[in-house]
Amino acid sequence: MGMQQENTLTRRKFLGALGVTGAACVAAGYLGGIPHLAEAADAPAEAPANVDELIAKEVGPGKVALEKVKIDTPAKAENGALVRFPISVDHPMEADNYIAMLAIFVDANPKPLVGRFEFTPASGKAEVELRIKMAKASQVRAIAKSNKGALYGAVMTIEVAEGGCAG
Amino acid sequence: MADIGEPKVRAPEKPLKKGELALIKTLIKHPMESGLRKDKNSGETIPAHFIETITAEYGGATVMKATWTGAVSKNPFFSFYLKADKSGPVNVTWKDNKGQEWKEKAEIKVE
Repeated sequence: MGMQQENTLTRRKFLGALGVTGAACVAAGYLGGIPHLAEAADAPAEAPANVDELIAKEVGPGKVALEKVKIDTPAKAENGALVRFPISVDHPMEADNYIAMLAIFVDANPKPLVGRFEFTPASGKAEVELRIKMAKASQVRAIAKSNKGALYGAVMTIEVAEGGCAG
Repeated sequence: MADIGEPKVRAPEKPLKKGELALIKTLIKHPMESGLRKDKNSGETIPAHFIETITAEYGGATVMKATWTGAVSKNPFFSFYLKADKSGPVNVTWKDNKGQEWKEKAEIKVE
């Protein structure tokens, strides 16, 4: 019985079991009442980042083939402080042919790099899920790199609902 | 100080077949301050305070390493996969930019 429950454990249930779930509004309230959308406005003035250059620096130079990578999230986010971000790479994870790295960029964020993930063949699957912050509507990019240096990517635009619960 | 710590790691409860994929789910309480926000009242910049790395160790090797910035959401949920090889713990370590570190593990069962 317990095993079956575990099999069907959803992320929501998992989070619920940990006592941090709730409606988006509750979650926003939990952020201390600071409107997340103010993050961009409050950020120190910086020259707009050249995201292409940043990608070349973080991932390496080379042409990115827009295939194999999937960002599985809606095109509109309700809450810019908590944008669900599942990414998967459809690629073998074999000893001599695997995805070694995946990086996420939000073009319009003051600091576009969200994070990078390093895998090994023992990862079995280059797929992660996390939640990211988006200061405002933006193009987001996920770029994967194989152990042989091949680059794959996905690009999508995500709108962020204005105001929302945190407004 | 905001709530911090209480790391959680979940692995599949049921025994897996050798070579089967295991979804590992993690959660930790952390403010994930980017260092880019200003306090509304004082106008002072809120210092950066975020988790910089998460590593997962299984079977004596690092199987996944994530490097984060302050653009990962507060109280970060994070999931990833590993290939079940033999029974044993998956050890997850979180480290933040102030040098604080948390460790938690979950057991992988292979039949």
